[in-house]
Amino acid sequence: MPFNLLVAACLLYVIALFAVAFFVEARARVGRLGWLRSPLVYTLSLSIYCTAWTFYGAVGYAARSGLEFLTIYFGPTLVFVGWWWLLRKLVRIGRQYRVTSIADLISSRFGKSNTLGVIVTIIAVVAATPYIALQLQSVVLAFGVFASATPEGQLAPDASQTAFWVAVGLALFTVLFGTRNLDVKEQHHGIVTAIAVEAVVKLVALVAVGCFVVWGIAGGPADIIARIDAANLPAWQVQPGRWAGLIFLSAAAVITLPRMFQVMVVETNDEGHLARASWAFPLYLLGMSLFILPIAVVGLDHLPAGSNPDMFVLTLPLAEGQGALAMLAFLGGFSSATSMVIVESIALATMISNHIVIPLWLRLNRAEAEREDLRAIVLNARRLAIAAVISLGYGYYKVSGGSAALAAIGLIAFLGVAQVLPALIGGLFWRGATRTGAILGLLTGFVLWAYCSFLPSFGPGAVLPEAIFHDGLFGLAWLRPQALFGTGGMDPLIHALFWSLTLNATAFCIGSLLTFPGPVERLQGAAFVHVFGGGIGPQRWAMGQAEPEALLSMAQRILGEETAQALFETAARGQGKEGLLPEPTPAFLEALEARFSGAVGAATAHAMISQLVGRAAISVENLMAVASESAQIMEYSARLQTRETELTRTAGALREANEKLQQLSLQKDAFLSQISHELRTPMTSIRAFSEILTEGTLPADQVARYGRIIHDEAKRLTRLLDDLLDLSVLENGTVQLNLELTSLHQMLETALTAARQTRPERSFAMSRDLDDEAVFLKTDADRLTQVFINLISNARKYCDADAPELRIAVRQRGGKVTVDFIDNGKGIPKEAQSLIFEKFARLSDANRAGGAGLGLAICREVMANLGGAVTYLPGQRGAAFRVTVPLRLDQVAA
Amino acid sequence: MRRPTRPVFLARAPYRRRRLRDAARLLPLLGFLLLLLPILWQDGPDLPRVSDVALYFFGVWAVLILLAAVFASGLKGGEGEEEEED
Repeated sequence: MPFNLLVAACLLYVIALFAVAFFVEARARVGRLGWLRSPLVYTLSLSIYCTAWTFYGAVGYAARSGLEFLTIYFGPTLVFVGWWWLLRKLVRIGRQYRVTSIADLISSRFGKSNTLGVIVTIIAVVAATPYIALQLQSVVLAFGVFASATPEGQLAPDASQTAFWVAVGLALFTVLFGTRNLDVKEQHHGIVTAIAVEAVVKLVALVAVGCFVVWGIAGGPADIIARIDAANLPAWQVQPGRWAGLIFLSAAAVITLPRMFQVMVVETNDEGHLARASWAFPLYLLGMSLFILPIAVVGLDHLPAGSNPDMFVLTLPLAEGQGALAMLAFLGGFSSATSMVIVESIALATMISNHIVIPLWLRLNRAEAEREDLRAIVLNARRLAIAAVISLGYGYYKVSGGSAALAAIGLIAFLGVAQVLPALIGGLFWRGATRTGAILGLLTGFVLWAYCSFLPSFGPGAVLPEAIFHDGLFGLAWLRPQALFGTGGMDPLIHALFWSLTLNATAFCIGSLLTFPGPVERLQGAAFVHVFGGGIGPQRWAMGQAEPEALLSMAQRILGEETAQALFETAARGQGKEGLLPEPTPAFLEALEARFSGAVGAATAHAMISQLVGRAAISVENLMAVASESAQIMEYSARLQTRETELTRTAGALREANEKLQQLSLQKDAFLSQISHELRTPMTSIRAFSEILTEGTLPADQVARYGRIIHDEAKRLTRLLDDLLDLSVLENGTVQLNLELTSLHQMLETALTAARQTRPERSFAMSRDLDDEAVFLKTDADRLTQVFINLISNARKYCDADAPELRIAVRQRGGKVTVDFIDNGKGIPKEAQSLIFEKFARLSDANRAGGAGLGLAICREVMANLGGAVTYLPGQRGAAFRVTVPLRLDQVAA
Repeated sequence: MRRPTRPVFLARAPYRRRRLRDAARLLPLLGFLLLLLPILWQDGPDLPRVSDVALYFFGVWAVLILLAAVFASGLKGGEGEEEEED
């Protein structure tokens, strides 16, 4: 296959990617992205995880170490299938606080500390540099494979020259599409879509080669299985430590890799995409690794010993004369390399410009900073940073000579970025995590990683002198880089993994436990940890002395004139003000800072605004004020709630009273007609009989009879009037009590005897306990007896049982005596129970026995005057009344 | 700061959705245990064949993906803000 054709295909492919990116950017500008923002594109863009290391290196890895290459995919699979809650929190925070990179997230969480931003940036750059070199190397190796396969007469490309031009091309592409605009949120739709396309190419290429290998070279799956078993090399033995360690490491890396963070958090708007990606991304990984092992074993079988297993994906089709397939495979590998370099360099450039260049520039050019358009500076810084990152990768490639196996560098880079994990997880779930803790942890992890893993990877004598390898730092044997504290027997990578992450997390925790966070830190911590709670806003500004005009001019420099003015105008209108300048309220400052941080990162945005607001940024006092404010609100609402229940209760009582009143009013009406009737009946007979008497012609016995009738009727009238008078005296409390010591038994006897006159024809079975009745009360005996008589007569009148029975039960309870009168009749219906003690209340006319309905009302008043009560006792199967009276009534206040 | 109180009992649909989320949370644990199997092997004559082991891993992987796809419907939308560490 002609080499020129390969280069041409490569160029065509790149041009196609350019076209895709341009097309999407154009659509994004008019806001018509449609399916380009779908979960599918999101999932495919996540495949940035699979770099050239995966594409080429996994086959080499499998040829060298058997199944171990799978661990690199198992980690992300586990994270995505079940850890969506962690990823979702990341995405939510990223969206809510306009996070631009993982360094921005860490710095923002720990009080917008730029120091942390710088540390994370440095770790990321150092870890990514060899990784970028690795991508360049893979492209160069691939070119080399084709070159050596071309017929003589073709110009064999110089390796470093190829690497150089690839690097230049990538830098160009990235600068063109990665720094087009300073988006409010760092989103690059064109690049994301191009990467999704590349993801498809990668997968198709690898699967195509795999299918060719399985069905074209070997004789189908059964043959492959036989070959795998035949090829079982001693080196394929699973090493438990590495197996578990690598699954953990790749799980950590998929969260913390800057490029993964970029596509996973920064470039997305929609948490819902995560749900789809939770299975689709592992599925993609499965597809990517399905044919790795077959390609590896067939390559080992078919290709001459000593060929580089990293390049089996290319060399196998080439050896079989499948030029087109090899070309496809080459494009797949090319895609893997380019997409990784592009996204990684964008992510790193954002970090470098936001956390290192811009703060530095602002500090150095304080005077100029007031005037110049910051946007151009940020964009230029970013472009330079992209070029710098890619040149660093190129430089590393030149220096290292591109000799090391691909997989080794990849894992070391993973371990480097994994150092961010403790601070990240701690920051998201532990409010107590502090800035000092994070700094300590990150520095510890970084230093240990460099000392135990990164620097030794150059080989003994390259960076670290050989003496250090053998005798340890300063000649201390327990400081040997691959045997810290005498733990020599471990695999070097696992050794570094264990010590760096353990000590990192320990330093982070101890640092956090022992230090006291600043106010901004505490606010940010609460806001991040409770991002789903919604209650806590981000950092608040005190009502500042900032000049709106100065704010506007700053906003124009960062966001551009048009955007800034639109923002200010909307805010001013929101405050009900005309013109461009809103009041610098805390809310407005907050919104402004959020917009700024989308462009230049949280720490810088915070620093810039606090420069204008002066030292009016939040203090501990403000923080406490905020806290007590919300406490007051909570207390207020609690008080409201109490008042509400109180009101409900009162309303209920009022309703009850109202009902009672209505019933009473009805009864009073009924009574009035009744009382007139009661008064009228005796009056009528008195008048009639007295008229007859005045005629004087009657025999003597007739006169005597009529006279008796008149007398009886007059007595009835008097009794009625007596009752009414009695009641009014009792109610007014003007009654004279005659207190004396009396036997209860005596009183009951009197009452029973007296009551016998009511319906004397009925005979009641009495049930009493005479022992209980042997009580002496100090009370008004006549009045109490009157109550007893009334109750017993009532029972005699109204008890409708065939064999009527009356039980009188006496009990003493703490200075009080209760006397219950219980009959075995129908009792009193529930709805009437509350009425019977009212004046003029009468249950039914059926059993009317001549009373005016005053008896129980009088009883109640008497008992009130005697310091006791008479109540209806429900649930006794018959009518039951309880009289409660104090044992010793002292003179009541008249 | 106390968060606004959330309902203690849920209707059937949100209840199911929450249990789906629980299942999704447990999935990595299950996966991790299954994928750690090779650690338990000692050197010996009756080690399983490499191809069987590879098939086992791809099988576990496929099952994890399948389960995640089943659970995914429960992760989307719904009561949104409710969960976190409930």
